[in-house]
Amino acid sequence: MDWLLDAETTAHKLALMVLAIALFALVMGGILFAVDKPKRVPQWVVVLGFLGPPILLLLLGLVYPAIGTLVNSFKNNDGSEFVGVDNYAAVFSNSELLIVLRNTVLWVVLVPLVATTFGMVYAYLVDRTRFENLAKALVFLPMAISGVAAGIIWQFVYEYRPEGQNQIGLLNQVLVWLGAEPRQFLLNAPQNTFFIIAVMIWINAGFAMTVLSASIKAIPDDVTEAARLDGVSGFGMFRYVTVPSIRPALVVVLTTVAISTLKVFDIVYTMTGGQFSTSVIANEFYSQTFRQFNQGLGAALAVLLFILVVPIIAYNVRQLRLSEEIR
Amino acid sequence: MTASDVSQEVVTQATGKVDAPVTESWRSRRRQRRAEAAADRLSKPAASTIAIVIAVLWSIPTLGLFVTSFRTVDDIQSSGWWTAITNPLFSQYNYQAALVDSGLASNFVNSFVITLPAVLIPITLALLAAYAFAWIPFRGRNTLFVAVFALQIVPIQVTLVPLLSLYVDVGVAGSFWTVWLSHSMFALPLAIFLLHNFMKDVPPSLVEAARMDGAGHVTIFFKVLFPLLVPAIAAFGVFQFLWVWNDLLVALTFASNDATPLTAAVADLAGTRGNAWYLLSAGAFITMVVPLVVFVSLQRFFVRGLLAGSVKG
Repeated sequence: MDWLLDAETTAHKLALMVLAIALFALVMGGILFAVDKPKRVPQWVVVLGFLGPPILLLLLGLVYPAIGTLVNSFKNNDGSEFVGVDNYAAVFSNSELLIVLRNTVLWVVLVPLVATTFGMVYAYLVDRTRFENLAKALVFLPMAISGVAAGIIWQFVYEYRPEGQNQIGLLNQVLVWLGAEPRQFLLNAPQNTFFIIAVMIWINAGFAMTVLSASIKAIPDDVTEAARLDGVSGFGMFRYVTVPSIRPALVVVLTTVAISTLKVFDIVYTMTGGQFSTSVIANEFYSQTFRQFNQGLGAALAVLLFILVVPIIAYNVRQLRLSEEIR
Repeated sequence: MTASDVSQEVVTQATGKVDAPVTESWRSRRRQRRAEAAADRLSKPAASTIAIVIAVLWSIPTLGLFVTSFRTVDDIQSSGWWTAITNPLFSQYNYQAALVDSGLASNFVNSFVITLPAVLIPITLALLAAYAFAWIPFRGRNTLFVAVFALQIVPIQVTLVPLLSLYVDVGVAGSFWTVWLSHSMFALPLAIFLLHNFMKDVPPSLVEAARMDGAGHVTIFFKVLFPLLVPAIAAFGVFQFLWVWNDLLVALTFASNDATPLTAAVADLAGTRGNAWYLLSAGAFITMVVPLVVFVSLQRFFVRGLLAGSVKG
């Protein structure tokens, strides 16, 4: 049993990995072999064979724990007794947690709007220019970078040295070149939140650009041609032809970015750990639950996250329905 | 083929099922349009310049850290990375220090060991589920599918604590098994939904024909559908790979010391050695190298998955 749980050497870890994959293949193979007798096995057994394992995992990994967290959110910090809505009341009255809520609102409003606007304008600008593919690849690249690495990259951009010393952070060097004093970008609230938000925008603009660029290219030539004949050009083309044509994709991008922004954790965790009034709900959930062992409060924050996601998705689904009806 | 080509192709596939007769006039019109596009290209030098300038600006933060990761410890602390152009002095010491002294080499192994099963297992399970939802009629199928789809909205934060206590109770907490299992479970709703979308696009006649020949579901799945789905599987595979390799939250919650992947180890360095830029810069690039290679080489699949996932969904 210990051999299975504690792997310390590389060879041991790799062996464990191969074992896990083999075991999985064996179990799945067995199930499939058992149900692959089309005439002799009743339909429901076949369905069970195909759907049983994934449904079981979904119940175990998502449904059961979500209910558990919901219950925990009404209990005290070690989960020993029910406290009603005290945890939720704390979220909305504690001054530090109110800052967390304010920051989350800032994130969820700014990141989708700025990233999507930038992505859209950039996709329009770069469309059918020289170097289009290279330019798009460079803007898209941050999508492959983890929040941890992105956090470190930008921490270095914001690095501060007192005036008079050589700056090693690019942004402060730019300030010095411009004749301004260097600043502690990440320490001074409330503007430090904006500098961390910039990192998330940096990552998500590429996503917005890629999806929107695809839908800009899908606008039928007839439409743009007709507009051109009517004398529309330049900004008018962008405003009255491009934007309305890609509206469904815009909604999807906005909502997708909004949801991933709500759940953002690694960037804040890496850059400030949520200190200096920069925490957001997802990060606060982690520190309340695993650092300060306030399980009840942590659970309430997680449930709040869940509640905030629902209207965004509902809006998304509604818009999709509408655009399908129009078609 | 590049990303934009594929996205274009995907969109035309998805939107315009154009089967108009290819007449001469249509061809010449298309030729004319190509010419216009080429003219466009040449007449937009301003746009080209702005686009390239922005793209370069976008890359500078990453470039800065990359240059830094090869500079000497003293240089990093005493001068900006941009001065390396006039004063080039590079070493690979930082990477050695990060990999050996800080032990990131073993975290690299952990990341690999975590990622491979955490990509293979959910894809396999999701393929089977997607097949059942698309091609096996049974009562309550639509309701169940909507339920699975709806599970996408559950943020993983909501699941962590009860899952952790479950793992502790069973006695497997901290091991690779919990990380594999958690990643697999969290990936399923999106994976099932995406692969189901692709699977539905396979012409029913193909499946019917195989069924007529007496093929069972497993045979149909492997012989008929699987070969057609390889691009879709690659698309989700890249997606899931990036997600698992770059994940921090699941790793911090479930992986114990011996199973800690790169992200968690580097985040820990950032917390404890915040000024050791020689370590952090090298560490950041050690976490980035594999996803960047995968991303650049498989970008077309990734874009396809992205478009299918976000635009259709």
